[in-house]
Amino acid sequence: MKIHKYDTVIVGAGGAGMRAAIEATKRSRTAVLTKLYPTRSHTGAAQGGMAAALANVEEDNWEWHTFDTVKGGDYLVDQDAAEILAKEAIDAVLDLEKMGLPFGRTPNGDIDQRRFGGHSRNHGEAPVRRACYSGDRTGHMILQTLYQNCIKEGVEFFNEFYVLDQLIVEVDGVKKSAGVVAYELATGEIHIFQAKAVVYASGGTGKFFKVTSNAHTLTGDGQAACYRRGLPLEDMEFFQFHPTGIWRMGILLTEGARGEGGILRNKDGERFMEKYAPVMKDLASRDVVSRSIYTEIREGRGCGPEGDHVYLDLTHLPPEQLDAKLPDITEFARTYLGIEPYTDPIPIQPTAHYAMGGIPTNVEGEVLSDNTTVVPGLYAAGEVACVSVHGANRLGTNSLLDINVFGRRAGIAAAEYSHKHDFVELPENPEAMVVAQIENLRNSTGTERVADLRRELQETMDANVMVFRTEQTIKTAVEKIAELRERYKNVSIQDKGKRFNTDLLEAVELGNLLELAEVMAVSALARKESRGGHYREDYPNRDDVNFMRHTMAYREVGEDGSETVRLDYKPVVTTRYQPMERKY
Amino acid sequence: MATPVLDKVEKESAASPYITVTFRVRRFNPEVSDAVVWEDFQVEIDPKERVLDGLHKIKWDLDGTLTFRRSCAHGICGSDAMRINGKNRLACKTLIKDLNPEKPITIEPIKGLTVLKDLVVDMEPFFQAYRDVMPFLITKGNEPTRERKQSPEDRERFDDTTKCILCAACTSSCPVFWNDGQYFGPAAIVNAHRFIFDSRDEGGEQRLEILNDKDGVWRCRTTFNCTDACPRGIEITKAIQEVKRALITRRF
Repeated sequence: MKIHKYDTVIVGAGGAGMRAAIEATKRSRTAVLTKLYPTRSHTGAAQGGMAAALANVEEDNWEWHTFDTVKGGDYLVDQDAAEILAKEAIDAVLDLEKMGLPFGRTPNGDIDQRRFGGHSRNHGEAPVRRACYSGDRTGHMILQTLYQNCIKEGVEFFNEFYVLDQLIVEVDGVKKSAGVVAYELATGEIHIFQAKAVVYASGGTGKFFKVTSNAHTLTGDGQAACYRRGLPLEDMEFFQFHPTGIWRMGILLTEGARGEGGILRNKDGERFMEKYAPVMKDLASRDVVSRSIYTEIREGRGCGPEGDHVYLDLTHLPPEQLDAKLPDITEFARTYLGIEPYTDPIPIQPTAHYAMGGIPTNVEGEVLSDNTTVVPGLYAAGEVACVSVHGANRLGTNSLLDINVFGRRAGIAAAEYSHKHDFVELPENPEAMVVAQIENLRNSTGTERVADLRRELQETMDANVMVFRTEQTIKTAVEKIAELRERYKNVSIQDKGKRFNTDLLEAVELGNLLELAEVMAVSALARKESRGGHYREDYPNRDDVNFMRHTMAYREVGEDGSETVRLDYKPVVTTRYQPMERKY
Repeated sequence: MATPVLDKVEKESAASPYITVTFRVRRFNPEVSDAVVWEDFQVEIDPKERVLDGLHKIKWDLDGTLTFRRSCAHGICGSDAMRINGKNRLACKTLIKDLNPEKPITIEPIKGLTVLKDLVVDMEPFFQAYRDVMPFLITKGNEPTRERKQSPEDRERFDDTTKCILCAACTSSCPVFWNDGQYFGPAAIVNAHRFIFDSRDEGGEQRLEILNDKDGVWRCRTTFNCTDACPRGIEITKAIQEVKRALITRRF
């Protein structure tokens, strides 16, 4: 076991982690622990754009952007946070440009902007061009640019280090962060990173679904590490299903395709979104479009022999426009489906995409241990966190924005905290929990296999807590997850070695997914209303009287060692906008 | 539970897209043995699936010790570059049907970097070469308040080399790199190109001097292996030639 000491430790090296690292490294001795090489992070898979009211191509302002974000989130958004997001968006984009990001350009050399779902002129009048982009590779360019600037700033990375535990120590009755415990993939060695400040930026948890745009590695490790140590998770029932994943594979096809004029059609060739969203049509918010697609499929208007998908039609767009603006997604269609998007529509279905919920933080990125109390020295930003700027449904292009705005804020806040505070003393045997976890898995002679349990988890999640949910389906999921968690205790692995033991890490990751799936399902069961990405067929309306509040889920351990999820609620911050009926 | 009707079973099996494919994988685990061995695995797979899907079937259902890197599974993260039937490819972008599944599909780690376990290689020398070309925007003077201007034509000038995902498929396909690991390799030159030809950048001279080194751009023998290997379709050899020309003319 090795012990390291840093002022600031950042967990994760995607967009939020590296944006935080650039700030923290300038201000404090910083280490970035990442389970992947930084450029492998899933920020790179984001395609369409990053929202900011630059008004480079048409009239726009941050207040309209704030409104769209609040409305897009079905009024579960904390409006103070949304206002910060929209205001700081402009500098966030300009900062990236100055760091070298190769944005698409207008004829006079400014950053070009395109339309995107839910982003509108003057509170819903018509779509507005707000998304700054670089082809359909905006996330790739952000990830590369941030990594390049990390090299420039001399950021210290620990690549292929898996953070498996968050150390929390109670000092004078206050829970404080003392550091993290990490597992080095190359050697199997355990490392303790004692740090004055820790920033979680470890991304999402979408791999508990089967049809998903998420990478294999998005297993909610940061959420699980904090949750296991008694910290709450906020709004975990809200998960976004992106309307246009490649049929059966789930690979993302950007909303920018519809921003460029692409149209969704059912088996009759009908542009069905006109029925569901007369103004914004194909550019309504993602929850609305995904439900519309499944409504078409359920009512027998889906495409293909099994009627289980619809088409994304780009055939009316000039090939030059597709080549210039959507080169990657057209190539995905060719590579994975053997389809030529110039001439043929692309079969799509909604795909699990983004966790709106996560580790609760305030607008400085400080993690909360209940509705109001900050955990000194602990920060989170990006998809792992819940500020909450996305509420019940995130708008497209607001996540690339979120990681830059709140990644930067968390990085600055953490580094400044580290100046003013001393190290918290490590607990006795800080490595104990991780060592026990790993040795249990390595030595287990159980008969259950990781791959089987993961498949069963993904299948129950897709079947029961996806776009449409009912009391009955969610209960089915809760029961199945409980069964899988029980069977997980009997899981064993084949690779008993220390060196690059990905067999072991997949087992650890499955444990995280199971724990978070349970939180999601239990949170969803209790929310007896429909709001944003959480749609209950048995409660089809939004219920502002009883449910305009954030869910806060806590892990409770009984005296007999049994685990349950305890739910509490937190008020929504409302400043400018009273809830209204949501129409697109 | 009803007994399945025979007709239906037959119909299903007739319609099954699955075929049996042999994966012949180069295995190495120094924790167990210093010897490299080739191991065959029989995998039931739909030809429309990816080589990565096949590797997952092996790892998840047959042999959990098989070790490889992967993440996004659709050609964006650059984790799973490997030699597939002797050519550098991303496992997640190579479909079984494009490989002649009648014959065993050979899977090896990429060449020229130290193998650490099975298909996992030491990427550090590769990233060091990348860092050495100063892959970040270098500017002088005060920063503008708004964005720097750039015409669509100037933006287009370096578009091709912005696509690089640092998977190392190009560098580890280069015979010069195989023989001399000191050579910067195509990926580092591609990323230098990305900045040298960016109209906003003012560090071109510095980068050109770095690439003028004995281990720099002149080592390229234009074998086009890199261009063939690139999963992003970057015209790498052309980019290297443009850097060479810029070194001679000092115009870029």
